[in-house]
Amino acid sequence: MSLVASERNTPYWLAAPGLLVFLGLVIIPLGMTALLSFYDWGQYKGIVPTFTLKNWVEIATDSYFFEVFLRTFRIAVLVTVATILIGVPEAYILNRMAPAWRSICMLVVIGPLLVSVVARTLGWALLLGSTGLVNQGLIALGLIGAPLEFMFTETGVVIALAHVLMPFMILAVWASLQRLDPQIENAAMSLGAGWWTIWRRVILPQIVPGILSGAIIVFALAASAFASPAIIGGRRLKVAATLAYDEFLNTLNWPLGAAVAMLLLVALVAIIVGSNRLIERRYAQVFE
Amino acid sequence: MRRNGPLALVFHLLFVVFMLAPLAIVCIVAFTPEGYLSLPTRGPSLRWFKAILGYPEFLRAFYASLWLAALSSTVAIALAVPAALAIARYRFAGREAITALFMSPLMVPHVVLGIAFLRFFTQLGLSGTFTGLVLSHVIVIMPFALRLVLAASYGIDRRIEHAAISLGADTMTVFRRVTLPLILPGVVSGWLLAAINSFDEVTMTVFIASPATTTLPVRMFLYIQDNIDPLIAAVSTCLIVLTAGLLFALDRLYGLDRLFVGSGKG
Repeated sequence: MSLVASERNTPYWLAAPGLLVFLGLVIIPLGMTALLSFYDWGQYKGIVPTFTLKNWVEIATDSYFFEVFLRTFRIAVLVTVATILIGVPEAYILNRMAPAWRSICMLVVIGPLLVSVVARTLGWALLLGSTGLVNQGLIALGLIGAPLEFMFTETGVVIALAHVLMPFMILAVWASLQRLDPQIENAAMSLGAGWWTIWRRVILPQIVPGILSGAIIVFALAASAFASPAIIGGRRLKVAATLAYDEFLNTLNWPLGAAVAMLLLVALVAIIVGSNRLIERRYAQVFE
Repeated sequence: MRRNGPLALVFHLLFVVFMLAPLAIVCIVAFTPEGYLSLPTRGPSLRWFKAILGYPEFLRAFYASLWLAALSSTVAIALAVPAALAIARYRFAGREAITALFMSPLMVPHVVLGIAFLRFFTQLGLSGTFTGLVLSHVIVIMPFALRLVLAASYGIDRRIEHAAISLGADTMTVFRRVTLPLILPGVVSGWLLAAINSFDEVTMTVFIASPATTTLPVRMFLYIQDNIDPLIAAVSTCLIVLTAGLLFALDRLYGLDRLFVGSGKG
């Protein structure tokens, strides 16, 4: 009897150390931050542990916060669209390569993922500056007369983030492409379908779940990105993450910063969980 | 299956240029002999690499990052191995919830985690300490460690363990001599992936590192915020070369496609 009971408890004993660490270091700090967002703050009195909706009211009514969150959302959407437009065809091309070439090209896709995001963004800062290679190239080609402004603009942030997050999209699409049966494509071809028809009617419907799960990952990471918007966007072009950073480390208004962070967290979790539900319901048969 | 047409290959070429251009430009600019940002048109020079030695804070931050990555990924693996065995082998109440909790750092923005840890550690007096950094890194790299150990744990044939037990081995011996060797590839690559993620982490760390415990990416980030010069390009180049070496090792050890397909889906 006791043997059965101990066997039943074994998984809990095994998971217990990790569980304790996570309860102590994830649940409690997040709870404290949620609480902090309801505290009062003043220039001279500091953080006052009372209960006030002041910070939330300020975020809801001040158009500055609305503007920052709208910009964050816009950047995240544009980055997601860019990674789909570039990543989906590229994943398809990768999938059709000879295995030896493919594994080399996978290094090109995955490699940047492991390089610090600071180094990668530095590269974009060098490329996109007013005397950077991109502008010099465009001028040399005669496409533009004067250098385009990329630094400290949303366009620059979107370009850098699309580069940083591209691997996630490609890996997600590639995973769903690998489950594809190439014979179906051949069958469509033998029935006389052109490549565009095959793409649209045969391949695309089968990889949509992969594209959507990639899109969710890219959107979530783009909306919460910090280093790239901070470097390319500079001090003026704020997104949600850099705004929270400012409130915490420059203004020192921790309760307001906590409210910004909690809003970002809640909005993201709602979007991720909501779209996951939607995808699973819509594409239940594909996942089975 | 049809081969890629010329149009596809042109697209692919542009894509490769897009992916590698920012890394390449950093490495090229780092070799400039000039005192400002420029391409090394007068031939390459190592002056900016030598200049790094004059900034001991970069070296200090590098060592701090290495220690932090090694320590936190070791702790994460020590927590992940028993947890993975529990999740892979038992069906118990709360199994899904526990897995979701361990994977949750993938979903919570790192800026939110950074704020939460800053608040928590300030209350505990751990803010800016190395202990605080290790604890927080254990949390964010745990999903990577767990996922790879979990994948390895699903694959073992339990009859081998049963054979060891029937031959009189006790639980600890079975784990040490049978189970652990079987999941070792997952454990090693999980450790490595966790260490790389710890080494690269900047968003959360920027909140909780003090000047004395700053990691390399945070030091670089703060430097870039002030000014961008060939020195920082040289530091980044060292980092890129180091990562390329690790990437090669990881590919040999485990296979990159196996490591990353499904990445981020937790």
